[in-house]
Amino acid sequence: MSEEIIRVENLFKVFGSNPEKALKLLKQGLEKEEIFKKTGMTIGVQNANFTINAGEIFVVMGLSGSGKSTLVRMLNRLIEITSGSVYINGLDVAKLNAQELTELRRSQMSMVFQSFALMPHLSVIENAAFGLTLAKVEKPKRLDRAMEALEQVGLEAWAECMPDEMSGGMQQRVGLARALAVDPEIMLMDEAFSALDPLIRTEMQDQLLSLQEKHQRTIVFISHDLDEAMRIGDRIAIMEDGRIVQIGTPDEILQNPANEYVEAFFRGVDPTGILNAGDIARETQTTVIKYPGKGPRAALQRLISHDRDFGYVLDKSKHFLGIVSTDSLRELINNNGKTNDFSEAFLDDVTPVNALDSMQDILNEVVTRPWPIPVLNEKKEYIGVISKNIFLRTLQHNTNE
Amino acid sequence: MSWYTFEDKVLPMDEWIETGVDWLVENFRDFFQIIKIPVEKSLEGIDWALNATNPWIVILLFAIVTLKYAGKITTVFTIFTFVLVGLLGLWSQTMTTLAMVVVAVVFCSVVGIPLGIASARSDRFEAFLRPVLDTMQTTPSFVHLIPVVMLFSIGTVSGVIATIIFALPPIVRLTNLGIRQVHPELVEAGEAFGATSMQVLLRIQIPQAWPSIMAGLNQTIMMAISMVVIAALIGAGGLGVPVFQGLNNLDSGLATIGGIGTVLLAMVLDRITQGMVEK
Ligand SMILES: Nc1ncnc2c1ncn2[C@@H]1O[C@H](COP(=O)(O)OP(=O)(O)O)[C@@H](O)[C@H]1O
Ligand SMILES: [Mg+2]
Repeated sequence: MSEEIIRVENLFKVFGSNPEKALKLLKQGLEKEEIFKKTGMTIGVQNANFTINAGEIFVVMGLSGSGKSTLVRMLNRLIEITSGSVYINGLDVAKLNAQELTELRRSQMSMVFQSFALMPHLSVIENAAFGLTLAKVEKPKRLDRAMEALEQVGLEAWAECMPDEMSGGMQQRVGLARALAVDPEIMLMDEAFSALDPLIRTEMQDQLLSLQEKHQRTIVFISHDLDEAMRIGDRIAIMEDGRIVQIGTPDEILQNPANEYVEAFFRGVDPTGILNAGDIARETQTTVIKYPGKGPRAALQRLISHDRDFGYVLDKSKHFLGIVSTDSLRELINNNGKTNDFSEAFLDDVTPVNALDSMQDILNEVVTRPWPIPVLNEKKEYIGVISKNIFLRTLQHNTNE
Repeated sequence: MSWYTFEDKVLPMDEWIETGVDWLVENFRDFFQIIKIPVEKSLEGIDWALNATNPWIVILLFAIVTLKYAGKITTVFTIFTFVLVGLLGLWSQTMTTLAMVVVAVVFCSVVGIPLGIASARSDRFEAFLRPVLDTMQTTPSFVHLIPVVMLFSIGTVSGVIATIIFALPPIVRLTNLGIRQVHPELVEAGEAFGATSMQVLLRIQIPQAWPSIMAGLNQTIMMAISMVVIAALIGAGGLGVPVFQGLNNLDSGLATIGGIGTVLLAMVLDRITQGMVEK
């Protein structure tokens, strides 16, 4: 499990006509900015060193332009390496010839893209089979394997559709299936979920985690979302201006941020105690008022039409009763089509928080639940929810001032 | 000394060019004759086949193709066109024009699509090719005839060669454009999954550029038809013949029916290839 699969040593990338010169200036201690002003060349990545173990989800985080995409593209050499080494299973990627590189990409590493990058002229199953087609796997076999991959992401019924008939979340599932179909040891995911809206994003993260439970692949996951990094990362590397400024488990980084830049990222998790839950609760979620005669079907309908996964069930005087999800409602309808009482569809482990709770108090609840946390006032009336993003953003904002 | 007022010729450029062309013809006669052969042979074959086939079979085949790509109304129009040119006594000229267009377009595709691909893949090649294409496209159509006559003499084959040169630019340009417009993420995704450069071309770029390539083909066909008619000036056969005979003899009727045949044929081919673009 803790066998090393990727090793990166002294890795540099310079975009420009005379990389040697830029490297020299770097050695003299000039900053990325200064080098750009002087020479017009951009430092993509400077002196990256790390190893990734088999089966690990390694998240690379950083602001836009910090070099995340460049770094991940040097692992499979979509971007040529300026200097340094990348070893995959001991093999130096920088030294491979074109044919060996093609072989490596076909058999060991696959990739998922922020923009999905599905082939618009191919059906879903042909897209899923794309890597196998390139590797010249015979048709029946590759369709079988593509179908298996589609099953893993729950899209087997969509095999014959065209990608543009699908929502963004589903398209990215196809992207994921395409990457899974070649059965790679390593998956590179460049902001794979960043283009999706927050609820779908959470869903995809869950799916990735559950796939990971069954079959442990090594995943290099690029993200600029703290929330996402904390949720899925075994370890996180933080990049700034092409440099990796810190690597560690989420806890390690949280407890001991290497510098202000890292701290800025995680500041949100260090509660200040100024605000309480009631201050940041928002009425962004769909509520379902429970009356006699209004059953789970109506509730499900409402969630679907609002494009929500979770519904907050209240009684007529706005007292909070519980949370239902589209899945739990569907299950209830399937098991017991006639019932009008959807309290059976309530999710377990729902603990509403109190409007007067400090952010410290609710931190654990916010971070661990897939749903936004319901907030009640002292009369036990529902006043809104707190999502992870709101939570972190508010605190970050607050400490910046 | 009085001011020079351009009354005398100072640059005898016409003579220089004539000398140059004479030299080319003298030294490269075999070369030009060899270039001619594939055009000549395929033209003969197709012209013969179209003229030897029962007209109703030709009409039926065109109707089937039109139905497949362009719908019922256009199919009726296609049948109407062919019956009308037959009734006007222009069947054989129409078939010859069709054969010339087909040969010209096939050669344009065979040469033009690879040129378009090459210029999409190399900025330097594109920079070299672009002024050449600009020149080809801005030169008035009958001016193309002059060097062709000098190098290939007159006749239908020369007419087709002039047509190939004239009609080549759109397919090159639109192939180039189509491939350059393919989203770079798609190419990157292909490469990430281990596509070779040939696989990127065949499995991503060409399928994505296909509508653009077909639009180029459509324009090439349209230009080929107009040029094929003008090529009657250098002795090419086909629908241009009644047009120019009519003009020479002040026979407005003959010139007009030749023109009508040309226009209708152009419309039929346009609709069919438009349909192919959309499919
Ligand atoms: N092809 C390129 N040519 C020049 N500069 C580039 C190129 N690709 C990326 N860069 C620069 O390299 C730096 C890192 O970019 P990137 O890796 O895309 O960052 P991120 O993915 O973290 O947003 C940025 O300053 C960017 O402008
Ligand atoms: Mg990026």
